[in-house]
Amino acid sequence: MTATVEPEVGKARRRKEDARLITGATRWTDNLQLTGMLHMALLRSPVAHARITSIDVTEAVKMPGVLVVLTGQDLAAEQGSLPCAWPITEDMLAPPAPSLAVDRVNFAGEAVALVVARSAAEAHDALSLIDVDYEDLPVVLDLESAIADDADLVHPDLGSNKSATWVFDSADAGTGSDVDQTIADAEVVVERTFRQQRLIPAFMEPRSVVVDPSPDSVTMWSATQVPHILRWMLAAVLGIPEQQIRVIAPDVGGGFGGKLQVTPEEVLTLLVARRLGKPVKWTESRTESMLSAHHGRDQLQRITISARRDGTVTGLKVDLLADMGAYLRLVSPGVPILGAFMFNAIYKFPAYRFTCTNVFTTKVPTDAYRGAGRPEATFAIERIMDELAAELGVDPLELRERNWIKHDEFPFTTVAGLTYDSGNYEAATARAKELFGYEALRAEQAERRANGDPVQLGIGISTYTEMCGLAPSRVLGALRYAAGGWEHAAIRMLPTGKVELITGTSPHGQGHVTAWSQIVADRLGVPFEDVEVLHGDTRVAHRGMDSYGSRSLAVGGVAVVLAADKVLAKARTVAAHLMEVAEDDVEFTAGTFSVRGTSTTMALGDVVVAAHVAHNLPDGVEPGLDAEATFDPENFSYPHGTHLCATEVDTQTGAVKIRSYVCVDDVGKVVNPLIVEGQVHGGLAQGIAQALYEEAVHDESGTLTTATLADYLVPSAVDLPHFTTDRTETPATSNPLGVKGVGEAGTIASTPAVVNSIVDAVRHMGVSEVEMPCTPMRVWKAIHRRGDGVPTTPGAGGGLGSLDSRSAEERGGAE
Amino acid sequence: MRITVTVDGVDYRDDVEPRTLLVHYLRERLGKTGTVVGCDTSNCGACTVHLDGHSVKSCAVLAVQANGREITTIEGLARDGQLHPVQQAFHQNHALQCGFCTPGMIMQAIDLLADNPDPDEDEVRHGLEGNLCRCTGYQNIVRAVRDAAQKMSPGSGPEAERVDETALVDRAPLHTGGGE
Repeated sequence: MTATVEPEVGKARRRKEDARLITGATRWTDNLQLTGMLHMALLRSPVAHARITSIDVTEAVKMPGVLVVLTGQDLAAEQGSLPCAWPITEDMLAPPAPSLAVDRVNFAGEAVALVVARSAAEAHDALSLIDVDYEDLPVVLDLESAIADDADLVHPDLGSNKSATWVFDSADAGTGSDVDQTIADAEVVVERTFRQQRLIPAFMEPRSVVVDPSPDSVTMWSATQVPHILRWMLAAVLGIPEQQIRVIAPDVGGGFGGKLQVTPEEVLTLLVARRLGKPVKWTESRTESMLSAHHGRDQLQRITISARRDGTVTGLKVDLLADMGAYLRLVSPGVPILGAFMFNAIYKFPAYRFTCTNVFTTKVPTDAYRGAGRPEATFAIERIMDELAAELGVDPLELRERNWIKHDEFPFTTVAGLTYDSGNYEAATARAKELFGYEALRAEQAERRANGDPVQLGIGISTYTEMCGLAPSRVLGALRYAAGGWEHAAIRMLPTGKVELITGTSPHGQGHVTAWSQIVADRLGVPFEDVEVLHGDTRVAHRGMDSYGSRSLAVGGVAVVLAADKVLAKARTVAAHLMEVAEDDVEFTAGTFSVRGTSTTMALGDVVVAAHVAHNLPDGVEPGLDAEATFDPENFSYPHGTHLCATEVDTQTGAVKIRSYVCVDDVGKVVNPLIVEGQVHGGLAQGIAQALYEEAVHDESGTLTTATLADYLVPSAVDLPHFTTDRTETPATSNPLGVKGVGEAGTIASTPAVVNSIVDAVRHMGVSEVEMPCTPMRVWKAIHRRGDGVPTTPGAGGGLGSLDSRSAEERGGAE
Repeated sequence: MRITVTVDGVDYRDDVEPRTLLVHYLRERLGKTGTVVGCDTSNCGACTVHLDGHSVKSCAVLAVQANGREITTIEGLARDGQLHPVQQAFHQNHALQCGFCTPGMIMQAIDLLADNPDPDEDEVRHGLEGNLCRCTGYQNIVRAVRDAAQKMSPGSGPEAERVDETALVDRAPLHTGGGE
């Protein structure tokens, strides 16, 4: 066994995962073909709110190749209710959530019948012959109207569209003073309402499920982020003994929170496979994905900030309405609550109150999407800091600096009750300003304003932090989340000295196989290539809490370290025994045990063999060096950074062009800088897309009009700028790796930076708000004070082509 | 309908339904699951393959339209265990995360480089406009394509990619929506 010379952690290793992904040797769920496999297709409601008065399947069942057609009535007794694991209050209202609608539909896209046939094509053909009669009910679409006293109800049985109201008050919690009094006494008060539009995660791999039933156990392959949670919930919902369910997440093509779910389709595929005793596959179309997989964001945010004239902030009041859609999915209610701890951000507010009401509407359910609650909070605070700066007439960066926690004030307990362990906002900001050329851009902005240039320049700032590495189980418990936040790892030391690492995280693009190999290689002194990382199969990785919330490295990666340390602890005992010295005299470096003060050494590989054959072990020591560990952190981790965005806004057309985007993130220690940079890029893309392009639009009848990639504007390479990224490194003190997590940072930070820059470009023209996405039409209307009568939302098929100077014809029309 | 096609250097003769899309034929009949389906509207480009040496979105081509033609998929790029320079560049530049868009992205990038052996950043971005990626923000993809351009001498694609241009003169134009 050769010792690694330079540390693996910190090295820009190319990914092990790539080999199969760049050659097409992939294992997507939809690739699976099992002998005798059948195919399921789902009929979805075209209407948003209705009673189902009849379903006639007689013609559909006669179609060639069709084995069975089932409705919600057929499955009512066995389908149970889809789980919601986060009842945020004791009195939260939660409707039953059938996988197949039984007598009512509550959003357009809800499944109402299923066909199982020999081929997918035959199953889809038969759908068109199912005849459903609907009796329309009034749709509930607008958040504010939905909570009015005389509102039509999504679920009349619940008696209200308000699912729950959750409050955090710093005066009650003892973490700060009374916010109403503070605002009443304030020298300056700024109040704004922001809209967090509804987004669609739009992972590239459409969801797919394959179920192979057998009388004694059921195997489910699913394009999921959460195989362990899925297995647990399937057992709970359907009453199948958990030990008889095996869930496998093979290659999964992105998730972004969108595959953190227990879906109707997973439940239905399982039920029909069991019923027919044959393997069944369901793979969604993109439109089905957009109609049925959960959406994200969708909040109305009323923000009040108070300050002294000198710019010191004194209070923050947040009133939210959060759209749950028609049902509460796995963690829907908790998503806005995660934001409760983040509105105060990096600033020292003496008083704070957060109130959130979760509201039912007849729309697609919402749930986790990259950042989940924290992008919403960060957007609101970073936008209102700019508004406060404008009110006070100070530079928005100076205002932030006056109020943020200084690097020598850590650890710092915030008004929301969290303790930030480490950070250095000054360092990240200084570096970002330098890379950006802040002063020069401000000068150019002044010049363009003075000249009345039709293209104005704006500078947007976002000095964010986030809480991630979800998370301490006891904190999640205190927030009434039904599961824990620990993570598990196990190491198998094979007799040839190679290593199998089993992780409870479930990667779907993040590169855990590579990063975990680096951690193990360093810790055990084995070559990077000698480590195989196993994950995503509940029969192999038997304990895990899966991947979401930027938790995999900060929680799961630390479990890897702890498991490796257990291997070494036992190996040291065995090595000392074999070298016939006291354990205290044995040192371990780079894969080799040595006896202090002598030239006696023993390679870890030799200890592994000795422990494996067990010919000569100390009394009471079991054969083998395998070990496992579970890590439950004491605290969240708190990445932070400074993002600066310069946009050019064409005041005549409303078109926005990002001229420069600089971000300096501090995600603590870095295992693989290449992977970290990639995560930042992807996060930025999604955050910028929220600012400029994406919006899930329901029309007045509740139909989702953005249900294709022609209408829902996922940006292409042309629509995004080159990013300038850099890092500062302030290690987390809450874990032995010093890592913080990076999966969501870019998304959380970038949206307000972009919108702030747009508003900054045209503030002198009287603009103080542009609703997202900041389409050319919305920007133009804001500048020219044009209200109603001019459409704001691009029509279906509008695409992104309008933002390009070249004509669509020239570019060959992908939009 | 009976079709004869060459896919990744192997000849196949099959009966297909007239409505069968090329991508479904490749995945389900031939087991070429390296090529994937990401949308229903030819926007995402995940299914991009080469038809007679040029990129097409295989969800926008019927299997019968491929009759008598030569198809190269992501699975047919490597030669004698050697990755295509574009595959290599995607790996080296961390141009993929989940990897679902990668086969289409690589096939489109090769087509782009055949047209323009030394594209600048803007030209790469426009050349890949018909292929969506949700993970990378495109920056490393752009870097990979330009890196590959440096490493490939013009026209140095693998043998199967060589096309007799004269044989293409009379071929029916394919309007497959974007990707160019």
